Amino acid sequence: MALTLQTFSTVKDANAALMAEGTRYLGGGTLAVRAANEGDVSVSSLVRVTETSLSAIAVSGGDARLGASVTMAAIARHPELAALAPAARAVGGPAIRNMATVGGNLFAPAPYGDFTVALLALDAIVATEDSEVPIQTFLAGRDTSRAIVTGVTFVLPRAESFRFLKVSRVKPKGVSVLSIATLLERTADGTVTSARIALGCMADRPMRARAAEKALLGCKLTAEEIALALAAAGEGTSPITDPVASAWYRNEVLPVHLGRLLLA
Amino acid sequence: MAKVPVQFTLNGAEKAEFVDSGTTLLHALRDKIGDTSPKGGCHQGTCGACSVIIDGELRLSCLTLAETCNGAEIRTTSGLAEAGVLHPLQRAFLDAFATQCGFCTPGMIMAAKVLLDHTPNPSREEVVEALSGNICRCTGYEPIIQAVLRAARANSQNAA
Ligand SMILES: Cc1cc2nc3c(=O)[nH]c(=O)nc-3n(C[C@H](O)[C@H](O)[C@H](O)COP(=O)(O)OP(=O)(O)OC[C@H]3O[C@@H](n4cnc5c(N)ncnc54)[C@H](O)[C@@H]3O)c2cc1C
Ligand code: FES
Ligand code: FES
Repeated sequence: MALTLQTFSTVKDANAALMAEGTRYLGGGTLAVRAANEGDVSVSSLVRVTETSLSAIAVSGGDARLGASVTMAAIARHPELAALAPAARAVGGPAIRNMATVGGNLFAPAPYGDFTVALLALDAIVATEDSEVPIQTFLAGRDTSRAIVTGVTFVLPRAESFRFLKVSRVKPKGVSVLSIATLLERTADGTVTSARIALGCMADRPMRARAAEKALLGCKLTAEEIALALAAAGEGTSPITDPVASAWYRNEVLPVHLGRLLLA
Repeated sequence: MAKVPVQFTLNGAEKAEFVDSGTTLLHALRDKIGDTSPKGGCHQGTCGACSVIIDGELRLSCLTLAETCNGAEIRTTSGLAEAGVLHPLQRAFLDAFATQCGFCTPGMIMAAKVLLDHTPNPSREEVVEALSGNICRCTGYEPIIQAVLRAARANSQNAA
């Protein structure tokens, strides 16, 4: 295996090294090393950074910052990130969660990226050394972005306003048929005043269900009132087809699972 | 290709080797150091046969580069028996017929060990969850789950 590893103590130096042809950043390696094991020779050099701030979790005043090297296991056991634990626990088995990072998940192609679906519903900000962009902008441009992601920030959701669901065939782990995260604000009588819905596996990367979000406004979470939103859930999707499910199947079951999540 | 030094403790013993840059820990352990207890099943992260414990956490050695383990404390199933006496988990796997071809066993035992280290009396669900990254093609899993529960019981009886 013709692969070399370069280790840097600062993001700045590592970013400079990543400009070279055939280099790629190494997070937890669950996808990057796997690709090398599978014979992907397009990458000849992996770059990693030992800066400790990349592994830091900071929660203060309702805001959270996760360094890009924070693992799914670290999120799942963090007492102040309980709302996000279900999304972190949805990624792989225990060993994968000890390795899989937030940064790597942001780049993971469908059917992966379950945690990123949660971050998309939270409208997280993705930071690099010299930029901060909304996650949607980041996701749209991730194929061509070379800069190391240093972390994500977001407003911590109240437990009752945030919901996450991963649907898989193999229990308790297994890749997604689809995943859904919702962030809903409601008035005292239960009327939805704002809605963000993020979907995984319904395109090559996590996407927002804008039409369903719009249709939910002013609704109460009853089967009758959410029907229009469910009917609109598939608008703009182009799901992947893989051994787990076809695009057709994913589109068929999306409204069913979104309905269950909203009525739960 | 450039060789790089790697140095870590393996089951309590200092190890130092020169490996090709980019070598996986699985390859370094098996082919350089001679600990063949971690198995290479898929090299994709899906089977768990290569599971080892690095600094107290379950990891997949097939997806870990050896160079990233400098200074780490690594544990494998080959280090469990003490003075020829099997570890309670190994004993339980034998007694519960939880091993057939045995290929998955060292990975299963590593996954079970980190579970029992943190949760000495796990529920059945916790055992299933802890083993969820490990595939067995022989036993149908039930004997493995029973073996881990049996080892937990044996531990708590010894402690009592
Ligand atoms: C068996 C198995 C099961 C899995 N199950 C799931 C699952 O259920 N759900 C799921 O979402 N994922 C799953 N994954 C995929 C993967 O483990 C996760 O998506 C994980 O979060 C990827 O993170 P990583 O740190 O391992 O990424 P790496 O493999 O290190 O990197 C992946 C890609 O992202 C780039 N990258 C990583 N970090 C950064 C950064 N900070 N800045 C810039 N680029 C970066 C790398 O260059 C590389 O191209 C699974 C993988 C395996 C092998
Ligand atoms: S060989 Fe590492 S998970 Fe299969
Ligand atoms: S005993 Fe054969 S794979 Fe588990």
